[in-house]
Amino acid sequence: MADLPSNKRFLLEARGVSKAFLGARALADVRFGIYSGEVVALIGENGAGKSTLMKILAGVHQPDSGSLWLDGNSIILNGPEDAIRHGIVLIHQELNLAENLTIAENLVLGREPTWGGILGLVDRAATRVIAINALNRVGLVIDPNTRVGDLALGQKQLVEIARALSLDARVLIMDEPTSSLSHQETERLTEVIGELRAKGVAIVYISHRLSEVSKVADRVISLRDGCNSGDLPREDITHDAMVRLMVGRDLTRLSRSSAKAGRVLLSVSGLRHQASPPGGISFEVRAGEVVGMAGLVGAGRTELAETLYGVRPMVAGKVTIRDNAFQPGSPAKAIKQGLLLVPEDRRHHGLILAESIRSNISLPNLKGISSAGWVSRQRENKMALHGIAELSIRTTGPEKAAGQLSGGNQQKVVLARWLAANPSVLMLDEPTRGVDVGAKSEIYDLIGKLVDQGLGVLMISSDLEEVLRLSDRVLVLHEHGLAGELSRDELSEEAVMRLATGTAPRRTTP
Amino acid sequence: MNRVLGVFAVVAIIYLGLMSSDPQARSPENHQNLERRIGEWGILTLGVGFVILTGGIDLSIGSVVCLSAVSFGLILENNGPPWLAFMAVLSMGSIIGLIHGFLITRLNLQPFIVTLCGLFIYRGFAQLLTQINFGTIGAALTTGWPENARLLRDSSRNIGLAHPENLAWLTTLQKGNFPLGEWIGIVWLDIPNPLILFIVLAIAAYIALECGAFGRRIHALGYNEQAARYAGIDTASHKIACYVICSTLAALGGILFLVKVPSAAPASAGNWYELYAITGAVLGGFSLRGGEGSILGLALGTAILPLLRSLVIFAGIPSDLEFMVIGVALLLGTVADELLRRGSMSGVRRAG
Repeated sequence: MADLPSNKRFLLEARGVSKAFLGARALADVRFGIYSGEVVALIGENGAGKSTLMKILAGVHQPDSGSLWLDGNSIILNGPEDAIRHGIVLIHQELNLAENLTIAENLVLGREPTWGGILGLVDRAATRVIAINALNRVGLVIDPNTRVGDLALGQKQLVEIARALSLDARVLIMDEPTSSLSHQETERLTEVIGELRAKGVAIVYISHRLSEVSKVADRVISLRDGCNSGDLPREDITHDAMVRLMVGRDLTRLSRSSAKAGRVLLSVSGLRHQASPPGGISFEVRAGEVVGMAGLVGAGRTELAETLYGVRPMVAGKVTIRDNAFQPGSPAKAIKQGLLLVPEDRRHHGLILAESIRSNISLPNLKGISSAGWVSRQRENKMALHGIAELSIRTTGPEKAAGQLSGGNQQKVVLARWLAANPSVLMLDEPTRGVDVGAKSEIYDLIGKLVDQGLGVLMISSDLEEVLRLSDRVLVLHEHGLAGELSRDELSEEAVMRLATGTAPRRTTP
Repeated sequence: MNRVLGVFAVVAIIYLGLMSSDPQARSPENHQNLERRIGEWGILTLGVGFVILTGGIDLSIGSVVCLSAVSFGLILENNGPPWLAFMAVLSMGSIIGLIHGFLITRLNLQPFIVTLCGLFIYRGFAQLLTQINFGTIGAALTTGWPENARLLRDSSRNIGLAHPENLAWLTTLQKGNFPLGEWIGIVWLDIPNPLILFIVLAIAAYIALECGAFGRRIHALGYNEQAARYAGIDTASHKIACYVICSTLAALGGILFLVKVPSAAPASAGNWYELYAITGAVLGGFSLRGGEGSILGLALGTAILPLLRSLVIFAGIPSDLEFMVIGVALLLGTVADELLRRGSMSGVRRAG
């Protein structure tokens, strides 16, 4: 920040902020500052600490150490309402509007103008005036009595901003504001941001879309692994410069024993679901290879796997498994063909937490261990004990409830279940999320072993290090489309990030 | 298991209270009445237990009991063979369950709404059935429309049990006893057949739910439907099967109702039965959120309401207070259960 006038004071500043959740470090000694009338983009990979910092600024979380300063005065925010009182307003990615109420009702929610003294009747005329004024400030021309549920997403976004402004916001924190907006809506939002900046509002803009960032931001602050990893003034903001700050380190690649890819196990062509762009996605997974699938949150990786698995409807496309045509329709069908999914959300989709390890492992495999519908306890126990031994699940026994295990051991239970199901292609969605380091490397070893045995693995991961370490090839998704494929030789964090942020033709000037 | 022990303790306490309330309460007749009632209600409770395990509910049971009793009586009245009447009514129950299941799984309607509509529709349909002049229809089919004949009567009527002499096997099933006592020489150990039927069905349900793959899947989908689906379970057909079981058992209950009474008033037959059944399952440890509950607990839970009712009578409590006593008992049981559960939270929480 050497190029900025040192006599100018930050409107909002965070100094040396640290935060840990359950012992896991989220932020370490992070500084952040924004002037009034400035747009600062906060960038970083998934899990870099952006949302934690943003929530600290908005009073949602309290820092373990460090301080917040507003107009040069130290402030303590005990909750979002404190922040709002200071004029700091967070606009969530998932908008917080009551869809069943009208725009006007939403705009005055919680501070409705009233008349009639103790009766507290809502003053409709005053509400309308407040609403029209607020909507004017964001240039939204619409009847304030429209139900919010009837608005387009971009309009809802503007209503949310209008509400923030009617709270006299001086600092507006926008979390992925364009993630679900159309192109025109994004343009409109960019204009509104420009107008607000001109009026002196400070805007913290968090986005994965680097092309947008370079359009709107006056300054970029990058986080990596919970620490500051550098700032860029307006004139230095380029796509490549931002990727370098976000990714940073030069990772020496830890490769597995070089696998030889065999026959095609899974072939997908033109696969589309409801959110897919025209054309869909085509790729193959061969025996003996790990195909990594990278992309930003919301790029559509989970949706793709779920479509193949039959959890969400396929709109178009052709799928073959071991050269046999396959029509995705239900998990049961996919499982029959040996196409298995280890879901991202273990607690809701992967396991029955209250039930034992034994029944969780046997659940999809009951047919094989029962005769005439009667489950053989003996064979079931054998299956469970085998899974526990093979994956070294740390437990007192097979009867322990799955919910009492650590994240890593829970994940191993899900894996053990599928190993007993005669897998052909294993789809792993964020296989090491919430998994401790030890279990992580055990899972990596297991993936290597399975691939050596001739399985095909499709691994979705937001952990770039993991993708680079395990994948033979990487598919990069961007906005539900295939942005590109990287062979092992082309693979680097920067190459992945460039494709993932959707700016494959490189920008040279801001 | 702790839970089952708790229910057992409650049953034991009420039973001891009942025994000490009045010498009449200790009579073999009262025991047999209680056992018969437990058996009759138990069959319905068993059915709703399957549905509750999936996280659903069936409010239509009482109306299905009514419609089944009326239909059974009408077929016999019109000289239908008893076995055909029996099978037809059970099939009707299955079809009702199938419709519930389809509406709930395919159209994604809420079980509460679907079966609430059933509650109204089946009772109304039963009333309509009793107004139809089947004789007129028969005559119209053979000799043409009779002079001055009407298709519908002015009002609904009670349906009695016609030709009971042809129904020896059903009468025995409803009113007879299993001569256990006779064999071992203690007369009051003769067990009413409805209780035997309930025990047989409960054992079958136990095997299906606790030993069979079917039960595993039902428990899994009741506890976490998404996870069950991701594990490859066809959740829709398993849920449909549970609704079919529930309504079929309700139809069986309806037949037994008519054989017992032996007259069914379409406006009142089976009133409240769905709530008795649900109460029994809940007292027996079934969670309305699904996925939790054992057959042993259900069997004990079923016994609580009949015992309480008997206690109200013999302890000299005005019978007008019966509902209040039942309600207070249910509330106390639920509160105690929640407090005990909090005390022994083992760290496993239901995900969302």
